[in-house]
This record gives sequence, C-alpha cells and structure tokens, in this order.
Amino acid sequence: MGFEKFLFYVFALITLWASGMVITRRNPVHSVLFLVLAFVTSAALWILLEAEFLGIVLVLVYVGAVMVLFLFVVMMLDIDLAALRAGFIRYLPLGAIVTLVMAIEIFLVVGSETFNLSAFPAPDAADSSLNNTRELGLLLYTVYLYPVEIAAVILLVAIVAAIRLTLRRRPENKYIDPARQVLVKKGIDRIRIVKMASEPFEKEDSA
Amino acid sequence: MIALSDYLVFSGLLFSIAVAGIFLNRKNVILLLMCIELMLLAVNVNFIAFSHFLDDMAGQVFVFFILTVAAAEAAIGLAILVVLFRKRRTINVEDLDALKG
Repeated sequence: MGFEKFLFYVFALITLWASGMVITRRNPVHSVLFLVLAFVTSAALWILLEAEFLGIVLVLVYVGAVMVLFLFVVMMLDIDLAALRAGFIRYLPLGAIVTLVMAIEIFLVVGSETFNLSAFPAPDAADSSLNNTRELGLLLYTVYLYPVEIAAVILLVAIVAAIRLTLRRRPENKYIDPARQVLVKKGIDRIRIVKMASEPFEKEDSA
Repeated sequence: MIALSDYLVFSGLLFSIAVAGIFLNRKNVILLLMCIELMLLAVNVNFIAFSHFLDDMAGQVFVFFILTVAAAEAAIGLAILVVLFRKRRTINVEDLDALKG
C-alpha cells in the first residue's frame, strides 16, 4: 500500500506543478502543453481511483481532441503577447491573496478532520474480473438513458454552432443555392432549343 | 492508505491554482478558457474520489456528462474566439468593450 501512496503523491505533485506552469508561462503554446501534462497525470490519478474508463477517456478524448483544438487555435491566432501580459505583476498580489485564502478555506472544510480514513474507509481493491467500462455502460444505457440522449443533442448543437460560427462565405467560392435550384421550371430552365442550320453528315468512322 | 481528504485537498489546490490563473491572466481569453478547464478537472477529481470511497458509480456517470459538456463548451468557446479575432484582430479582454458593460 506504500507504493500506491507514493504514486498518488508523485502524480498529484506533477499535476499541481503543471497547472502552476499553465497559469504562469509567457507563451500560450507552453501553457497548453503543460495543460496536457496536467490532464494526463490526473488521468493516472483517476485510474488509481479505479475509474479506468474515464481515465482513458480523459486522455483519448480530452487530451486528444479538446487540447489539440486549443493548440490549433493558439497557434492560428497571431496575438500580441506583451499586451496580454501587461497586468501580470499588478494582479499578482491580489490573485495570490484571494487564492491563498480560498485554498486555506477549502483545506479547513475538506481537510483530514472530516474526511479521514475512519470516516470514509478505503474500499477494498476491486476484483480484477470486475469491468469498469461494462459497469458504467450498463448504468449509462439503462438508468441514465435520457441524460445520454440529451448529451448527444448537446454535442450535436456544439457541432452545428461551431461550424455555423466559423463558416464564412467567400465571394469567390462556387456553391449551389438550393433555393434557386428548386425554382427551376421543367421546360424553359432545363433545356434551351437553339435554331441552327443543319450540318452535312460526313461518314468518317463507321464502326 | 490514501484517504479521501488527500484527494479533496489535491482538487482544492488545483481549483485554487485555476482561480489564481483567472486573476493573473485576465486579459487573455485563451488562458481564461484553459483555467476553466482546470477548474472542471478539479471538480471531476472530487466526483471520482467520492465515487470510489462511497462505492457509487453515479459519480463517474456525472463525470462522463461533465466531460461531454466541457467538450461542447470548449468547441463553441474557441469558435467564438476565432470569429472574434477575425473581426477585431485582438483577444484582449479590455478591448472587447463593444457592449459597454
């Protein structure tokens, strides 16, 4: 059990250090990379808590998709870093005080007096035949079926919103207007009859 | 043995660091979004720790939905950010005062 505690402290310290780096780095690209480190190490902490499926989801979906999206946006925007960093030192004392007070308050509430091992004994290690993914899936598709569908709708709305927001019509783009397309009349719009003199028929390639 | 309070203190510290990040980087919208992601991560650690110690899967289900909503939020937030940068050529919060709020 000592090794588990050692792992917890290693991962927790790496996560806290990485999140400290996220908020203090000058370059936003470095911040995103440290955020990736924080997410990956906390995924390890989740796996330590026997939430294997969510740990893997955090790495695959969150780090793999959302953080890469952040990285794309940060690299795409040509931002003036000096202007964005202007108030950093000025806000440092206020931020430090508020954060320190908040951290102490949180520590007083959730510290080891209330949530210690005698109040919340650590559960036995789960049986290795127990499948976390299967358990979560059984819950999601029975008890939480409607929330899953609502989550699907939320994701669909996010897709539509993100595409609609960033879509831009360039005048040089060639695109089909469906409104004009359905207004086409049967005879005059589809074929045009051209009067022309008849050409003499030449017998060149008789196959 | 790792107690529940260890995880709770850890997530409290993570949350406090994220709040400090919002104070320090209050001009950079991208950093603000990243600090919100850190806050959500801290909350998720809380949920999973309680789920483990109370032996209740509902906490993990909740984390699943939080991840869904956070992904949607990040996608829409970044889309708004890109549109904003295209129109105003800046993401400095102090320049974004068109609504005079």
